[in-house]
Amino acid sequence: MPAVRIKDHWREQRMFDQRALVAGALMALATVGLIVRLYSLQVINHDKYAELSQGNRVRNEPIPAARGLIVDRHGELIAGNQPAYQLELVPEEVTDVPKTLASLVEIGLVRSEDVNELERTIDSSRRFDSVPIRLRMSDEDVARFSVRRFEFPGLDIKTRQTRFYPNGGLAVHALGYVGAISESDLKRIDRAAYAGTSLMGKLGVESAYEKELHGTNGYREVLVNAQGRSVERQGAFVPDLKVKSPNPGDDLVLSIDLKIQRVAEAALAGHRGAVVALNPNNGDVLALVSMPGFDPTLFGRGITAREYNGLNNDIDKPLLNRALRGTYPPGSTIKPAMALAGLTYHVVDPAARKYCAGSFHLPGSAHIFREYHNEKHGYVDLDDAIAHSCDVYFYGLADVLGIDRIATFLAPFGFGKLTGIDISGERPGLLPSREWKTKAFSKPADQIWFPGETVNFGIGQGYLNVTPLQLAHYAGIIATRGKVWKPRLVSAYRDGEGKLHEVAPQQEGEVQGVSAEDWARVVHGMVGVTQHGTAAAIGLHAPYTFAGKTGTAQVFTVAQNERYNASAINERLRDHSWFIAFAPADEPRIAIAVIQENGGAGASAAAPIARKVLDAYLLDADGKVKPPT
Amino acid sequence: MIYEEVTSGSRTRRTLTGAARVLFALKIDGPLVIGLALIAAYGLIVLYSASGQNMPTIYRTVARLAIGTVAMLLLAQINPNFLRRLTPWLYAAGCLLLLVVAAIGHIGMGAQRWLDLKLFRFQPSELMKLAVPMMCAWYLHERPLPPSWPSLAALAGLILVPVGLTAVQPDLGTAALIAAGGALVIILAGLRVQVMAGLVVLGALGAWAGWGFMHDYQRKRVLTFLDPQTDPLGAGYHIIQSQIAIGSGGVFGKGWMNGSQAQLEFLPERSTDFIFAVIGEEFGLLGLLLLLLLYVFVVSRAIFLATQTQETFARLLAGSIALTFFVYVFINAGMVTGLLPVVGVPLPLVSYGGSSVVTLLAGFGILMALYSRRKLIGS
Repeated sequence: MPAVRIKDHWREQRMFDQRALVAGALMALATVGLIVRLYSLQVINHDKYAELSQGNRVRNEPIPAARGLIVDRHGELIAGNQPAYQLELVPEEVTDVPKTLASLVEIGLVRSEDVNELERTIDSSRRFDSVPIRLRMSDEDVARFSVRRFEFPGLDIKTRQTRFYPNGGLAVHALGYVGAISESDLKRIDRAAYAGTSLMGKLGVESAYEKELHGTNGYREVLVNAQGRSVERQGAFVPDLKVKSPNPGDDLVLSIDLKIQRVAEAALAGHRGAVVALNPNNGDVLALVSMPGFDPTLFGRGITAREYNGLNNDIDKPLLNRALRGTYPPGSTIKPAMALAGLTYHVVDPAARKYCAGSFHLPGSAHIFREYHNEKHGYVDLDDAIAHSCDVYFYGLADVLGIDRIATFLAPFGFGKLTGIDISGERPGLLPSREWKTKAFSKPADQIWFPGETVNFGIGQGYLNVTPLQLAHYAGIIATRGKVWKPRLVSAYRDGEGKLHEVAPQQEGEVQGVSAEDWARVVHGMVGVTQHGTAAAIGLHAPYTFAGKTGTAQVFTVAQNERYNASAINERLRDHSWFIAFAPADEPRIAIAVIQENGGAGASAAAPIARKVLDAYLLDADGKVKPPT
Repeated sequence: MIYEEVTSGSRTRRTLTGAARVLFALKIDGPLVIGLALIAAYGLIVLYSASGQNMPTIYRTVARLAIGTVAMLLLAQINPNFLRRLTPWLYAAGCLLLLVVAAIGHIGMGAQRWLDLKLFRFQPSELMKLAVPMMCAWYLHERPLPPSWPSLAALAGLILVPVGLTAVQPDLGTAALIAAGGALVIILAGLRVQVMAGLVVLGALGAWAGWGFMHDYQRKRVLTFLDPQTDPLGAGYHIIQSQIAIGSGGVFGKGWMNGSQAQLEFLPERSTDFIFAVIGEEFGLLGLLLLLLLYVFVVSRAIFLATQTQETFARLLAGSIALTFFVYVFINAGMVTGLLPVVGVPLPLVSYGGSSVVTLLAGFGILMALYSRRKLIGS
């Protein structure tokens, strides 16, 4: 029988009090637990959370540094910065993106082939970030958009700094260009330093001096809310935000003289070829032309695939920097060096006259080495041989010298190696030698150096390959009687504070062992070229004496029994025309190399171009020789 | 000796000041109401900042506090015996309304918590926060304590029906609070410690078994609670941001309206469930200690009042109301500081919104009614 329980009020009251006490104690315990937790969060780990909270609210917004200007040696602007209008779209403010783009296509502000790409870009952007829709708008584009802008909520015209080349394609192969930073660029550069920068140097000076031109970007701390949107202030929250100003890039002063550059480009216009003019006394590049060129602005505004393919597939290869990367046989322009070698090794008596019957052959060989155009020079001494470019004389000289002495002697003149010019892309050309041939060919039969190859070498044909820059460099070495200066495009820079720093020219050594008389003999021969020799027509009435040497580089090998007939063969198989020169001959201020591809003989095509450049550099407005500076 | 008590009461009354006399006449407990008023005032200051200086939010909150205060004052006048007799009807009506809400929700194919009474929206589950402990106390009022096994079974049923109906809305936070209100009545009624321990063990076993039956997303939710960093942008985001807010506040806080986490909206639900973190960020550890002190004071005073009541119904109900208030505070603070999982429980009298302010103040009104009549019910 279960016990009957009765309510015991007194006992219940006591039990309740007890339980209430326990509940109070538990409450105290729970509160202490909370306080311990708060102590851990707010005191022990305060620093960590304070940092996290700071990281939450502040975003660094980059302030791009102004890219350094590039000016020529007289301060004329070559590359600058220009605000450009661009159309930008804020995705969250546009209700119907495809429809908006379609309307833009209709009024001609967006090309229909770009629509898909743009839609992808817009989709992958943050909703409140401005997306560029069209870069570098013309005034007409701006006007066309402005009258209809009420139809385009969320679209606006913004101004951004872009690279500006006031002379278009002038000196583009020296200058290079800037273009959008590519995936592969991103791997090389410090991304943090480039935050906020969309363009970087791609070629030429723009690329080689990228670090100096770029400067240091600054940043501005921006208050952001949880959506990442930048806000002025939120509630009463007063931001304490840092700003670091950018350091603008250095302005570069090029050694290039735009006046000379213009003359050289105008003279070569319409042809393929290159002109390199140097100051032989310090390596300053006065003009660097590679024709045809292109407009660097295309790359800065975002070159289209069609435009790029057009340039890249052009048969005239406008993107090829012929001055640095075009390699050609030097032809007869090598003869002064050969003459110097012969004199230095005492294998030639400069006064001895040799008979030129128009052809040469090695003893015991049936192979005939012909004179250019089958000329017959008759009796010639060294001076005549240079002035009239007598091949037979130099065939014999080379044969006597032999390949080993030739290769050794030519090396200090910079053949077969980079000149070290301060932009990249240069090719070394080729100075052949016995060792080179052993390495270059796999078949033992081909590894042997043949005497006939030495003979050809004597007139700059065969394996020997040079760039126009190398030949100008070489002309400069002869001009200074053996001083080797490293060619350079940048002669000074102006730092962010406006202070000008000169870049010291670098001498790379000197050609050793050549006597002053021998230099003088060869220079005399080269002066003869422009006075009574192959380029006499060009030197006519020049108010200064100048030393030169013509050259003809064979493109098309003429068979043994045939004659070269320029008019009969395809234009692109015609010989390349070379001319090297320096002036004034006794106190040279400028050395130059000119090549006109498929121009034929050196005297007819390249030499007149060189003369124009020399005149432009040396003469004042009245046609008088300017005094040396 | 009823007569003597009354005379002694009148002697006491003569020594009272004018204000105390008014409070006594209104059946108001001064210290409790002052504590509640301080919490509400503190809450309004914080809410102004947490809402992004939104005055309409403040107006609406003041209106709710006013309605709650009126409810509290009116309920304080009620005769506990009348309240006790009303209890079963109130409970039944509440259950019925929960069913109606569930039916509407089912028809409307969505979550449904409230009835639209045109004038205002009414959440039956809020009513049940009071009706369930009242019902439990009513059930135990005539019975000997500690409750017998059959009583416990009946009480379990009384609690689980409304809890289940609320949980399916789904409103797990409110369901848990309703269950807590009922359970506290039973515990205060003298539930044996061994039984409590047994229930805890059963609960642990149930959790272990439940893990096996859980969906992946549910497990993920549990794991996120254990380590918020596993899902920093999803479920863990709330808790990480709220810990950053509290932690970055330090001892003295960043200053009123200067909390970057709160003001820049990194802290989600900043004016509602996570307002505790705003206090931590802007007023620091000291601000939170002040708040906890106020809460502990209010709950202690309420427990004291409960111990002073003389009837089973009054005692159990008053005790439950007092302790439930602390459970609210602890669950919310525990959730915001990362001690407990994220369940939608507001910080009482401080969080913006809902009818919980009215319910809470109504509860305290009932508590004061129970307390103030203690001497009129003689033993």
